[in-house]
Amino acid sequence: MPVSYENSKVIFEGIKAAGIKSVSALPETWLGLLLQRAEDDPDVDLIQVAKEEEAIGIAAGAYFAGEPHILLMQNHGFLAAINGVVSLAQLYGIPLCMLIAFRGHWGEPYPWHTRGGIVTEEVLRALSIPFELARDPDKVAQQISEAYTFSQSSLSPVALLLTRDLMED
Amino acid sequence: MERAKCIEMIYPELEDKLVVTIMGACAQELYNLGHRENFFYLQHAMGLASSIGLGLARHLPDERVIVLDGDGSVLMNLGTFTTLARYRPTNMIHVIFDNGSLLSTGGFDSQTTSGITDLAAIARGAGIEHVASADNELQFGEAFLEALELDDLSVIVAKVKAVGPDHYGMDLELPENAFRFRRFIREKKQAAAP
Repeated sequence: MPVSYENSKVIFEGIKAAGIKSVSALPETWLGLLLQRAEDDPDVDLIQVAKEEEAIGIAAGAYFAGEPHILLMQNHGFLAAINGVVSLAQLYGIPLCMLIAFRGHWGEPYPWHTRGGIVTEEVLRALSIPFELARDPDKVAQQISEAYTFSQSSLSPVALLLTRDLMED
Repeated sequence: MERAKCIEMIYPELEDKLVVTIMGACAQELYNLGHRENFFYLQHAMGLASSIGLGLARHLPDERVIVLDGDGSVLMNLGTFTTLARYRPTNMIHVIFDNGSLLSTGGFDSQTTSGITDLAAIARGAGIEHVASADNELQFGEAFLEALELDDLSVIVAKVKAVGPDHYGMDLELPENAFRFRRFIREKKQAAAP
């Protein structure tokens, strides 16, 4: 199924409406159209990393600098970034607002995504990272804004899982 | 050459910069010279000091950011060189103290021992233009001054002995360090605002 052009736009506008202009990301298929918009928007500063754990450090730097920041990654990237999440963000009380493409879940046709998808929610729970699923394009902007607000008040990582319903047409 | 001596040499220059150090000996040796509110000690999450530096430098173009890193940490995040090269924060100096050892975790040899792996060559290969190597204090001092004069991203790989401080401990809780570091930056920005 193709990635949703409309919903990618809704998510991007939701990020901007939340007052966030600094974005770190590792590109992946579901995030492609979203990242294209971030790259083309002169008001948005997109930093692409080589591995997702780097983005945890960059987000911490942005937080220290007082710059609202959001992280975009795939759930497998989140799994690869866990030590940074735990031993930088959680250890020091640094908020992270993570938008995570939730691959390997209901309707997943690709075997290689399935293991990561199956464990994602349990890993988030084990790490005490509050999360919600984003399914409805009419609600996702509000969810982004609320996720960001909660990350800042709780000084904690917060995750919004972008589901197939939202990301594919 | 000893890392403590190198840090002592550049300590006066760190007063008006934002400084991020890695864990263990490097953090302790800086702290022992006198903590300042513009110092952030990353006591875990090995490899991410330079990523924090990039996040700071990118969002605070009027500040100079100094990252004091180590070979063991950099080896855990070699991709950082490629991201630094790509975004080229011109206000950041990335100092890597290479003691060829995982000193703070038991002194095991790292991959840079005996020059097997050359971190400076890796940084150059990643696309970072200004990379210096230093084997003695004179070279290190010169490389650091040169980097300060340059309005560009610099990496300095300093070969140091695998020795650390005789004691560890800071009167500074980890979140406290983060809160105060952020507050320092905020107040500096507010003071500079017209």
